Amino acid sequence: MTKLLGIDVGSTTVKVTVIENENIIYKTYVRHFSRIKDTVLSELKAVCEKFGGSYSVSITGSAGLGLSQRSGLNFVQEVQAAFIAIRKFYPDADAAVELGGEDAKIIFITGGTEQRMNGTCAGGTGAFIDQMATLLNLSVTEMDEYALKAEKTYPIASRCGVFAKSDVQPLLNQGARKEDIAASIFQAVVDQTVSGLAQGRRIKGKVIFLGGPLYFLKALRKAFVDTLKLSEENALFPENAPNFMSIGAALASVSVEPLEITEIIEKIENVRESDDIVTGEPLFADKEEYNEFVRRHRATDLSFADIASYSGDCYLGIDSGSTTTKLILITPDCRILYSHYQSNNGQPLDVVISKLKEIYKIGGGRLNIRAGAVTGYGEDLIKSAIKADFGIVETVAHFKAALHFNPDVDFIIDIGGQDIKCFKIKNGAIDSIMLNEACSSGCGSFIQTFARAMGMEIDKFSQQGLFARRPVELGSRCTVFMNSAVKQAQKEGAGVDDISAGLSSSIVKNAVYKVIRASGADELGENIVVQGGTFLNDAVLRAFEKETGKNVIRPGIAGLMGAFGAALYAMENAPEKSTLSGEKELEDFTYNSKSTNCRGCTSNCSINIITFSDGRKHISGNKCERGAGLAPASDELDIYAYKQSRLKECLKGGGARGKVGLPLQLGMYEQLPVWAGFFETLGFEVVLSDKSSRNLYFKGQHTVASDTACYPAKLIHGHIESLLEKGVDFIFMPCESYNIDEHCSSNHYNCPIVAYYPELLKANNDRLNGENFIMPYVDLNMTKSAVKTLYTALKRFGVKKRKIAKALSEGFLRLEQYKTDVKAKADEILYKAEKQGKQIILLAGRPYHLDAEINHSINKLLTSLNLAVLSEDSVFEKTEKVRVDVLNQWTYHARLYRAADFAAKTKNVNLVQLVSFGCGLDAITSDEVRAILEKNGKLYTQIKIDEINNLGVVKIRLRSLLAAVSESQRKN
Amino acid sequence: MEEKFTDYTTDYPKWDNSMKSTHKILIPNMLPWHFLVMEEILKTEGYNVEILQNESRSVIDEGLKHVHNDICYPCLCVIGQYIDALKSGKYDLDKTALLITQTGGGCRASNYMSLIRKAVYNEFPKIPVLSLNFSGLEKSSSMEMPLKLLFKIMYSVFYGDSIMWCYNQTKPYENEEGAADIARDKSVKLAVDSFKNETYKKYKKINAEIIKNFAAVERRAEKKVKVGIVGEIYVKYAHLGNNNLEGFLLSENCEPVVPALMDFLLYCVVNVINDRKLYGHKAVTAFVYKILYSYVRKRQKAIIKQFEEDGNFEPIHDFEHLRSCADKVINQGVKMGEGWLIPAEIAALAETGVCNVVCAQPFGCLPNHIAGKGAMRTLKNMYENANIVAVDYDPSATKVNQENRIKLMLATARENNGRINN
Repeated sequence: MTKLLGIDVGSTTVKVTVIENENIIYKTYVRHFSRIKDTVLSELKAVCEKFGGSYSVSITGSAGLGLSQRSGLNFVQEVQAAFIAIRKFYPDADAAVELGGEDAKIIFITGGTEQRMNGTCAGGTGAFIDQMATLLNLSVTEMDEYALKAEKTYPIASRCGVFAKSDVQPLLNQGARKEDIAASIFQAVVDQTVSGLAQGRRIKGKVIFLGGPLYFLKALRKAFVDTLKLSEENALFPENAPNFMSIGAALASVSVEPLEITEIIEKIENVRESDDIVTGEPLFADKEEYNEFVRRHRATDLSFADIASYSGDCYLGIDSGSTTTKLILITPDCRILYSHYQSNNGQPLDVVISKLKEIYKIGGGRLNIRAGAVTGYGEDLIKSAIKADFGIVETVAHFKAALHFNPDVDFIIDIGGQDIKCFKIKNGAIDSIMLNEACSSGCGSFIQTFARAMGMEIDKFSQQGLFARRPVELGSRCTVFMNSAVKQAQKEGAGVDDISAGLSSSIVKNAVYKVIRASGADELGENIVVQGGTFLNDAVLRAFEKETGKNVIRPGIAGLMGAFGAALYAMENAPEKSTLSGEKELEDFTYNSKSTNCRGCTSNCSINIITFSDGRKHISGNKCERGAGLAPASDELDIYAYKQSRLKECLKGGGARGKVGLPLQLGMYEQLPVWAGFFETLGFEVVLSDKSSRNLYFKGQHTVASDTACYPAKLIHGHIESLLEKGVDFIFMPCESYNIDEHCSSNHYNCPIVAYYPELLKANNDRLNGENFIMPYVDLNMTKSAVKTLYTALKRFGVKKRKIAKALSEGFLRLEQYKTDVKAKADEILYKAEKQGKQIILLAGRPYHLDAEINHSINKLLTSLNLAVLSEDSVFEKTEKVRVDVLNQWTYHARLYRAADFAAKTKNVNLVQLVSFGCGLDAITSDEVRAILEKNGKLYTQIKIDEINNLGVVKIRLRSLLAAVSESQRKN
Repeated sequence: MEEKFTDYTTDYPKWDNSMKSTHKILIPNMLPWHFLVMEEILKTEGYNVEILQNESRSVIDEGLKHVHNDICYPCLCVIGQYIDALKSGKYDLDKTALLITQTGGGCRASNYMSLIRKAVYNEFPKIPVLSLNFSGLEKSSSMEMPLKLLFKIMYSVFYGDSIMWCYNQTKPYENEEGAADIARDKSVKLAVDSFKNETYKKYKKINAEIIKNFAAVERRAEKKVKVGIVGEIYVKYAHLGNNNLEGFLLSENCEPVVPALMDFLLYCVVNVINDRKLYGHKAVTAFVYKILYSYVRKRQKAIIKQFEEDGNFEPIHDFEHLRSCADKVINQGVKMGEGWLIPAEIAALAETGVCNVVCAQPFGCLPNHIAGKGAMRTLKNMYENANIVAVDYDPSATKVNQENRIKLMLATARENNGRINN
């Protein structure tokens, strides 16, 4: 019988299996480092030497398609391949989970065969695990070992590597245990698979686990088994899991015409790269052009002073960034005495302490550090550890530094390890800030991860791109998308140099068109200063110059600009005597960190307590002062706090007719008064769903049908579960195409999610049916029809129509009262804030942004910064109606525009817009709100919120806003 | 009394009818054959129009540069196509206008108009954008819509649908390479001519002719996997939006089944009638729409009958049947975007034996969360063999990723076919 040969070409590995007489006689598993053709060839040659003869062959795998098409060899879709192999070896399996380099798949076998693959999002795959390991500075195997020793797990966003990173980084910076972080990462992968892929279908029965990561990583296996609550005999981990697809491909070849192995090799050897890939211009025409470029940039290097001989005053600046720590020590005339740039390996404090000690040692008592300032993510921790004089917001630090190199600077772009910061400078102050909250493609760590994936160090990798002849066009969105773009380019035969150059261009495009959203280069400004470690990479710098068509300034200390700015700040503001820890003090310095939960209130925030050797404590992760052991700021001038408690007061107690559950989320956040009044008048007892929390979200996660919907929508699944648990007679959640008409827009729609989410809930939750889930289509503006509809919907409770009408008007009455009270509170806040000389932030969003789990208690952060807080619904009626360029036909939007008009025209009020990630409509409103503010000379600040709980970025934005506001006030 | 407003609007150039004689109107492409016919109609109405055919990568790049990255893909494609065209140097920038359709629904798509204006205005401040709508939006800058033009458009949609429908059932089986294309070209010409010589109302004759043209093509009696395409209107139909999905399915040896554009138009009409039923909205409007509805329905029924009598092709969907299909899955109140039409089409396809479906949607499409992905589970419970793949389209989603997912669906389809046939 002919031998069967299966070749599985994945995104990172090649697997080859030979089957003869139903026995696997040969199998290999090797990484291909993007050299797909070569790797496959060498593996086949090994087969040829060992066995020779002829084979029925099939290719499978995400990167195998192109190879198959061009070689003319048979192709089997990879899930199909897995399916065939499963049937052969595990006929009683109920489901299979397979994680690959960039793919994740679930195959449901029994109870309706279904095969699911990850979509455009590759979160929770092998590549994601690699990326996270890099971030922890561990090998994947080490990370696995660490994870097995975990004591607790932290919530980490599982949707996508980018978000997970922003969860992991603060944990690292706060000194959380690596063991716990590692386990949390694996848990995130599991959550992603269970929620993102299974989408409402439970994974149960005998489950088999396939693919490299699940074969090699014990902690990942454990996390899956624990989460799915599988018994030992129901969790199958096949011996040949990594090769499973190639086995399937081999089995699928039965009916394929056999070929001599030499012929197969020849066919693959003859595969030529195609012309399909789009390529751009080379970065440099020739060596000459490159040399000229290098000369030009050398002109902006700072000069040095010898620390070993220097004596006198100096200033210290520290930038404790997300992945790297930067220190600089400068003389009063801005010469560099000492500088340091290093990856902080998740331990920024250790780096700072050891380098500071080094400075003291080399300085030998000749240095007089007059002042020190700290900036960056780790600002609070470092500042309190070494008792630095100042902590400044990083945007201000970068601006200070840029000014030093060009006093006319009007645009600064900083690309760092995992963030991009851009700011426009107008009238000597930071005018607008753009940060990449939602996306980290285009950042340094992104190239680094790529370089490693190609088996190269970053320097060498980017060097290769400089003279690439045909840089690949890789698109400009998220890392995940770029991963697959690279996959495609590799499939088409692009070389490492072309990919390297292509990545550099992508990064730049991402920054310019996605983060800054410039429509052309002119929008950026005339005097651009670029900085951040990523710009030290010549390929990126050049790509930026090419894209913008401008020569820009890249200081020689591009990677140290934050630290340099901090040092300049320290110099300008040097106190009489610095508080900075001295040499002696540092000698005795030690610390330990402990993670725990704050007991300050019912939120139970995860916090980290770092105890220094002198007994002082530094607490991080807290959302309010309570966590830090301080008295909380008063919520007297916080309308969010007011609304939260006022809303609950709309429940006044009902009767014994039955229990109705109202999920407090989405539209219900505003219509609660209506429905509470309605049902209580009818004699029902109103039961609210549990308070939103991460755990509540997890509770309903298995019924989430679309993982790219906004967080408020995904959270409501948990609210439904909690109501079901409470044993209500029915849950009520109306479908409303139309919101209440407030007569300031051409129509008064809800967004599709708010309008129709009940449909999705009913379709994807087994436990809901027509009896226990009532979701009538009503338009509350049409009372007569609404009464009729509600009458029909509640028929089985025998309520009279007249009674319904009465109950509904009681509902409206409660809504009116609620609105009146909220507006009165706003007046009070406006009045008191003015009296107390407080700045006001109009935290504008949608009604459900009132939820503390959704807004991450940003209102508390604001009050802790000594600000008063208003909301869009509390003030929009204070100004005239507005006309805008976009179609103004949604109730919530109309409020936003008017609230923006109010903020624009009112002294001491600044608007911050809350936008839920995935909200397609706010893509429209945000531009319009910005335009309204900017037309009136006000700053626009937007905060994108999601399930990630990272107030660090939010704080930077808010502090920058405050810095800019006070700067402009000082000027006027 | 005139209410007071704070005005933040930009004074965009507006379209006025005097421009009819001076300006060329550019129209983004969505359905190649339908639009060819419509182009002709607008020409006979005295408009100087051109359907844009530019579809290179630079279209997407221009779109990326000019559109907020969270805005849906169709908007990006359309704006990209406009800007790319305007930059090509082929048009007199003082005498060019842009036309876009508007539905005015609760989906953000009704804002394309504003987004296009904003994007175009930055670079081409003199170019007016005009709206083609049936709901009285943008009164100051829209195309006049006399009843006659409305009817012409209706007929052209019927003809375009029949051509697309027959072509897709012929092309995969043609004996002689290119025969189906010849039949299509002949039919398009037939439709175009009917508007030139004002015989377009003879829809029975014209439709019968179209069916005849395709029936004359010799077809192999081979059984191919049929794959339905449903989803968001633009990425469902436009090759630019869906990386030529029909072409891909053909190359995979499948028969693409693309439901008619008329269904979407009727869906819009019915939604107004439903609003009356569900919420008691204006009786007068609903009445007018009901008349319109029965007028179109009468013609649709006649066309279906012709298909049945001819027997060569599967007839187009009966819209009342689609509505009853919807009722099994979702409430007809779900009317934003393509709303209930998506599950209705999937169900109707499944009932005619087309169990394999690509649900095409722009990445992050809001209504699709509910009516697309949200309804899958119900549909799969209803139709045992339903094999549906939701594919997201977006500027950076690579073809390889999309095709891979579709191939997976096809693998299951082939397996199901094997099982069902045995």
